[in-house]
Amino acid sequence: MFENLSDKLQNTLKKLRGKGKLTEKDIDVAMKEVKMSLLEADVNYKVVKTFINNVKERSLGHEVMESLTPGQQVVKIVHDELMKIMGEAESKLKFNPNDITYFMMCGLQGAGKTTATGKLAKKLKKDGKRPLLVACDIYRPAAIKQLEVVGASVDVPVFAMGDKVSPVTIAKEAMKHALKHGNDVVIIDTAGRLHIDDDLMNELVQIKEEVKPDEILLLLDAMTGQDAVKVAETFNKYLEITGVILTKIDGDARGGAALSIRNVVDKPIKFVSVGEKMDQIEPFYPDRMASRILGMGDVLSIIEKAQGAFDEKQALELQKKLKTQEFNLEDFLSQLQQMKNMGPLDDILEMIPGLGGNKKLKGLKVDENEMKRTEAIIQSMTKRERLNPTIINGSRRKRIAAGSGTSVQKVNQLLKQYDEMKKMMKKFSSMEKMGKKKGGMGGLGKLGLPF
Amino acid sequence: MGTEKKGFFSKLKEGLSKTKKNLTEQIENIIYSHRKIDDEFLEELEEILITSDMGVETTLDIIEYIKEQVKKNKIEDTGEIKNLIKTYLANMLEEHEVNEEESNAQKVILVVGVNGVGKTTSIGKMAYRLKSSGKSVIVAAADTFRAAAVEQLKEWCTRADVEIISSENGSDPASVIYDAIQSAKARKSDILICDTAGRLHNKVNLMNELSKMFKILDREYSQATIDVYLVIDATTGQNGIIQAKLFGEACKINGLILTKLDGTAKGGIAFPIVKELNIPIKYIGVGEQIDDLQTFDAKEFVNAIFE
Repeated sequence: MFENLSDKLQNTLKKLRGKGKLTEKDIDVAMKEVKMSLLEADVNYKVVKTFINNVKERSLGHEVMESLTPGQQVVKIVHDELMKIMGEAESKLKFNPNDITYFMMCGLQGAGKTTATGKLAKKLKKDGKRPLLVACDIYRPAAIKQLEVVGASVDVPVFAMGDKVSPVTIAKEAMKHALKHGNDVVIIDTAGRLHIDDDLMNELVQIKEEVKPDEILLLLDAMTGQDAVKVAETFNKYLEITGVILTKIDGDARGGAALSIRNVVDKPIKFVSVGEKMDQIEPFYPDRMASRILGMGDVLSIIEKAQGAFDEKQALELQKKLKTQEFNLEDFLSQLQQMKNMGPLDDILEMIPGLGGNKKLKGLKVDENEMKRTEAIIQSMTKRERLNPTIINGSRRKRIAAGSGTSVQKVNQLLKQYDEMKKMMKKFSSMEKMGKKKGGMGGLGKLGLPF
Repeated sequence: MGTEKKGFFSKLKEGLSKTKKNLTEQIENIIYSHRKIDDEFLEELEEILITSDMGVETTLDIIEYIKEQVKKNKIEDTGEIKNLIKTYLANMLEEHEVNEEESNAQKVILVVGVNGVGKTTSIGKMAYRLKSSGKSVIVAAADTFRAAAVEQLKEWCTRADVEIISSENGSDPASVIYDAIQSAKARKSDILICDTAGRLHNKVNLMNELSKMFKILDREYSQATIDVYLVIDATTGQNGIIQAKLFGEACKINGLILTKLDGTAKGGIAFPIVKELNIPIKYIGVGEQIDDLQTFDAKEFVNAIFE
């Protein structure tokens, strides 16, 4: 019962995939299972109902029944419909081209507003903006202090007036402050509140009327259950929100809330917040999320991450070396270091097609210490040894082990690993040649893409 | 006890009124629109129960129970359904209740949970409650990670008038716990409450940090009984079960604090947690005031939902 949504959906759909012919009953049975997995994943029950009806209707239509591979057609329909639910295109933040841009953050208590405010500020700063944070949470003890600490950590100024002034006044004064100090984006952090608290909701309305924000972003915890939709609906009713930031998606919640919101309030999810570090906020791509849920892997995100982390020239060189099999330990080291730039390996593994749902890999935790050890071992070698590992004999091994604070066994292990890698590369380059003969796509199947 | 009982019931009812409205109203609606208990009726009931975050399994158990009772007692009237659900849920919660004996032994309460569920706030309220009942309380600020968490807890401790042991931000939380144990021993305090940083249950390192804190309590303060309370936000969906399971693996949890019941969330996730993991609910949070934390009573809780 603790399998994640994509595992469950994949299992159900796998049963369909193999069938040459589908009866209405097959589809009914499969859809009942899909329905249960979606509900277990906290997808809103109304959304589930519509979703199931749509998939069923389309599955019983011509496109499936006349297809040679009806099972795969159903998988495709499920994917399409999932994407429809989440909204199809990425939705970007709206900026005011002529004047100061205002963002207002709102949400329930504990959704992660202050943290996300800091992350957003850091991102904007990186994009060349001059953000200002405004502390309008005068209710929770030490909330202002929290924003000040967060602001300092991302090196963005925070405007605060203590907790005795009304949030509306603070917002008003902040506008003047921003104008005077040349800030071009102002992010207003508000207090967490229940959507049924009329007084506090009206306070937000007042801030909105005063500031006229370009974006009103609702922060929503990815672990929220069936209530998520009600929360979004109510905030939307009062404020006409412009988008949602989904927080804490680095937990293992199945993200059903994400699936439901777009569908019910018709507001896009703009960002996902994925960790406690200040740079862990990412744009939300509905199509990629749908692929991830179906276990098709999020290849595009890996590529982007890699592009961000790898030096292109180095990558090209490495590719050339791989082909000619001149790959040495020096390359191995630089590759390791670039891998580290891509972020936690666990996250990357999740995104690889076919691996996300792999049972054996489930419990596997990538040991980042092991990577550090490997780095230390290579760094304890001389340049000559790195370029030509075959010269590493017994006494050299002893020296390297002592230098890196590891053992001879560890050094041996690494050298063996390196040999294996070289062998694998040989295979890869011959596979590539074969793939070309077949017309290029041959290799993809081996990577484990489901269709 | 008499005044407390009334206070509990009215507060709870007030807090739960939205919960109640949604759940009972919906159930009553289908009761009126269906004369007979048939498959269609049960299917609609199933949907309503699922929207309370109880989860598919608990919902199906309830439906199964209803079917059984209907057959056994030849129930035909849909009006009986509410009572059946109430009985089932109250019995289930009571089955897992643990009666605490009043003892004079020193006690530690370690409060754990994911980010943003209301740990610090609950501790503030709990400290106030215990202090008001005449106990001497020390609070350990072992959330050394989140910005301004210590300041937040300090404010609550001032309101509750209890002592707080803290260290600077970024220091080792286990060392704060250690210091707090020494203070509790020296002052012979009745209760030591430890705040911890919110952590997602799937982060192995953070969970290891938590079990280290638990081990220190276990080793250094062996004369005290240790309670570990997991705080669950009532808006939490099915992820709550796995939260309880993984936190339970890091340190033995023996109670739940269900927070934010004053919203529209029904806190239904508490039912499967109680049932599957055998962890009783100890407290519920129904508001932002310092006295808005109540001890849990199964019958009253279920009644407040369905009355």
